[in-house]
Amino acid sequence: MLTATGVVAGYGEHTVLRSVDLTVTPGRITGLQGPSGSGKSTLARVVALLHPRTAGTVTVDGRSVTGSGYLAPAELRRRIGMVFQSPRAATDPRWTLRQVIAEPLGAARRSATRQRVAELAEQFQLTDDLLDRYPHQVSDGQLQRACLARAVALRPAYLVCDEATAMLDPSTTATIAQLVRGLADAGTGVLAVSHDRALLTAWADHVLDLHDLHADARTSWES
Amino acid sequence: MTSELTAVPRAIDRSRWRAPVTWRPARVPGGRRRWVLPLCVGVLVVLVLFAVVVPWVAGIDPRQTALADANQAPSWDHWFGTDQAGRDLVVRVAEGLRVSLLVAAVCAVVATVLGCVVGLTAAVVGGRTDRVLMRTVDGLNAVPHLLLGIVIAAMWKGAILAVIASIALTHWTQVARIVRAQALTVRTRDYVLATVSLGGSRRQVLVRHLLPAVAPQALLSVALLLPHAVWHESALSFLGVGLPPDRPSLGTLLEDARTRILVGQWWTLVFPSLALIATTAAVAGLSAAARDRLLPHRRTEVGVGGAA
Repeated sequence: MLTATGVVAGYGEHTVLRSVDLTVTPGRITGLQGPSGSGKSTLARVVALLHPRTAGTVTVDGRSVTGSGYLAPAELRRRIGMVFQSPRAATDPRWTLRQVIAEPLGAARRSATRQRVAELAEQFQLTDDLLDRYPHQVSDGQLQRACLARAVALRPAYLVCDEATAMLDPSTTATIAQLVRGLADAGTGVLAVSHDRALLTAWADHVLDLHDLHADARTSWES
Repeated sequence: MTSELTAVPRAIDRSRWRAPVTWRPARVPGGRRRWVLPLCVGVLVVLVLFAVVVPWVAGIDPRQTALADANQAPSWDHWFGTDQAGRDLVVRVAEGLRVSLLVAAVCAVVATVLGCVVGLTAAVVGGRTDRVLMRTVDGLNAVPHLLLGIVIAAMWKGAILAVIASIALTHWTQVARIVRAQALTVRTRDYVLATVSLGGSRRQVLVRHLLPAVAPQALLSVALLLPHAVWHESALSFLGVGLPPDRPSLGTLLEDARTRILVGQWWTLVFPSLALIATTAAVAGLSAAARDRLLPHRRTEVGVGGAA
């Protein structure tokens, strides 16, 4: 279980999340829905240990995490994969797709990098020709598949997709959604963030509204 | 004739069709730019050989005066002519180029490395360190750098190391600001966040993403600082705190030429200037080629822009 309890986070003076609770269960796709600017991405980044929180706890499989970013333990960061909204922004323009996918393997000093890259390439339908191209030479959908491959290269227990399909056309969205569904069926706990309720309804096992996750909203709703 | 005027659609040769590798027009990449790199390398090699071999082969002391041969125009005996003390300008220019290139290259590299270290430290560490470093840079920038350079050079008058220090220590600040700005924009990109998410350390982000991102800027600053350092060295020499007058450098030669050109001795200006221009142009061409190679996504932009 990947859980966030009483998370308060924001940007400087501006608090976006006021005590939010969230649980991501292995093997299921948890949809997180909310309007633009409501703090979905902030919550996704807090859960992925990339954004600092001013209060609250995040636990990964029972282990409570202190700090975020570089300060969070590397092995816990590796347990949570992250896919970003814009694959262009999420890939170094100087790297070929092969280097992009191999990055986590090199960083974690895993052996048999080549074999794992070949495996991932097959899983995410990336041909050898595509692997040797730079990000500006492939389409958004192809690049997002590479980002997905990078995110799961180290076989994380959880995957956070922050508006991962927002830049893509319907058929590419379907491909990505299907690939993520396959990962969930294999046991990965997925947090799918989107403002698109229709997509989440079709894609996720259950859909949560960010507004309802706030402690104050919950009490007013329960009372 | 008619075939050119009437638009006859040519059959598409399917066997030669393949997915476009880049978005630039196929004609642009090779054609115009392919000769630039070999030309630049060639020019630099010739200049360096000239600077190294001529003083060695000629066997003439560049400081040896021969007043009987003073102020001669270029001739078979003296290809570049002679100066007011009868010294052969081929030897003087070669010797001057050697000294200037050495001083300029060391200055440019030292200033760039210093600027990169300070800029990257400020960007990566951030917080108070960033503020202290950048205010130091602002403070140094507030002092006219020639003035500061004169003070440093004057402390060890005539020493080549003092000239290098005076130029390098006054020119790293610009590099530091540019590198810091570039590193700051890269530091907050999603791909750096992705590296962090994949368990990457600060060092890995620095080595994999930040250094390659600032390397083109650093190369460019080396290229821009090279000619600037030559001019600075000449300014210091002119003000009497640089290299001694008996030590030829492109700076001191051009300083000589400044007065000689008024009495029509064009050769004293033309040959040192040619050496300076050829050096700086070749270095600039090299750095442009290197930048294109380091920034693959820039190639298309340059290609498209160049085609227009």
